[in-house]
This record gives sequence, C-alpha cells and structure tokens, in this order.
Amino acid sequence: MSNQDIVRQFLATDPRDVGCDEAMEVLHIYVEAADAELRFPGVAVHLAACGPCSEDFHGLLAAVTRDA
Amino acid sequence: MSSDESSAQWLRDLAGGGPEYAAAVRRLHELLLRTALYEVRRRPTTVSGPELTDIAHQAASDAMLAIIRKLPEFRGESRFTTWAYKFAVLEVSNKLGRHYWRNPPVRLGDADWDSLPDRIGIEPDAQAEYAELLDAIRQAVRTELTDHQRRLFVAVVVNGVPLDALVAELGVSRNTIYKVVFDARRKIRAALVANGYLDDIAVGRS
Repeated sequence: MSNQDIVRQFLATDPRDVGCDEAMEVLHIYVEAADAELRFPGVAVHLAACGPCSEDFHGLLAAVTRDA
Repeated sequence: MSSDESSAQWLRDLAGGGPEYAAAVRRLHELLLRTALYEVRRRPTTVSGPELTDIAHQAASDAMLAIIRKLPEFRGESRFTTWAYKFAVLEVSNKLGRHYWRNPPVRLGDADWDSLPDRIGIEPDAQAEYAELLDAIRQAVRTELTDHQRRLFVAVVVNGVPLDALVAELGVSRNTIYKVVFDARRKIRAALVANGYLDDIAVGRS
C-alpha cells in the first residue's frame, strides 16, 4: 500500500454511512438478519467505520449466539 | 416454543401484574446480568475485579429500567431477548466510557501528535517517508477545522480517546461526536487534495 493509500484510508468517509444513532436503532434487527448487509447497507458501512458501534455489534452477536 | 411465541410470552408477562410479572422481571434481569458480565470481561478496559462486576450489575439494572420504560416501543422485528440484550450492551459501553476519565493517558485538550503515525498505521521505520504528509495533516487540522471540530478530531483520532469516554465527559451523544469527526476527516482530506498532497481518487468511499 502506498503512502497515499494509507493516508486516504485514514481520512476515508463514506456518504452511505448512517451514523451511530440509526445503526444502534436497528442493531437488534441487523444482528438477526441473514441478509443484514443487503438490507441495511448504510449500517454495514457504519459498523465497518465506527469502532464503538462495531464493539456493540459484536457484544450483541455474542449474546444472541450464546442463546442459540 | 418458537422464538415468536417466546417473545409474545415475555410481552404478556411483562405487561401484566402479579406473580408472572415478578417472575419475568427476575428472569430477564438474570439474562441481562449474564450479558453484561460477559460483555465487561470481553471488552478491553483498565477496570478489573469487583469494580468490573459492579459495572455489570449497574448496567443490567439500568438496562432493566430502560426496557420496562420502552416496552411499548418493541415492535417484534427481532426476538424480544435480542432487543433486550441490546440495552445491556449499550449500558456497558456507557459505563465503561465514564470510567476512562479516572485514569486517562492524555488530558482532553492536549494533542499527542507523536502518536499520529501509529494511529494512521505507519510503521516507525517509514515515518521519515511520511513527514511531509503528516505535516500537511497537522496544518489542515490547524487551518481547516473549526475549534469544535479540531478539539474532537484531536481527542478521538490523534489521542485515541474512546468515543464513549467523550460522550460521558461532554454530555453529547456518540452520534454527535462521530459526525463531527466524520466531517473533520472529510475537510482534512479535501485540503490535502487541494494542496496536492493526495490524488483525488475515489476508493469506494468519498
């Protein structure tokens, strides 16, 4: 990866990103949906970019997986 | 019992009174506590021991209150327990964020610029190669951002302060901070492109 690529990735923002509020609003639906990334593409983008929301997603996924 | 029947049973028990309600509250609290205990141990944190257990208990209790209050908002789009676990997970985030300030590695307002190459993912032996780009980023932070954007960008991106710690310190939502930092990244990137430090190439993101 070139210098430019590393810095570009560091400064990347995606206009499809729905933000934390919208992602958390549907997180319980997202975590159960087989087609979550297709149904909620802006949430998928957000979870890939936002560390804290991604942490919450993995926490919820772990909780529902324990129930399964 | 199918998952939908199970959710309906939870709603019936929690909506009514009497022994069914009390038993359902007890059962749900056990599930929330189990989730919160697992979650505080799963996450990287400097808190440990009985204090961590105490955070889990507080998170489970606060999640329980929120669930009872918001019960009419449950629309059956997921299993009831999945919806409920979300409250426990979010409460853990919130409470661990508050604890960050008990022993913060940097104070809010300071800028740990020496950490920037590491945050970007630049190896120590390649930092000289990036000196010009790093200077351009620092310059853009100084000249392109508003005071508010600069303060939050430096805290989150340069200093690595967790978003939830800032939420607790500043009394604003995670979304508010995320959006400010999002806009700051966009402005810095635009400045680097305008000044010839970066090519204006879309790489899946803009």
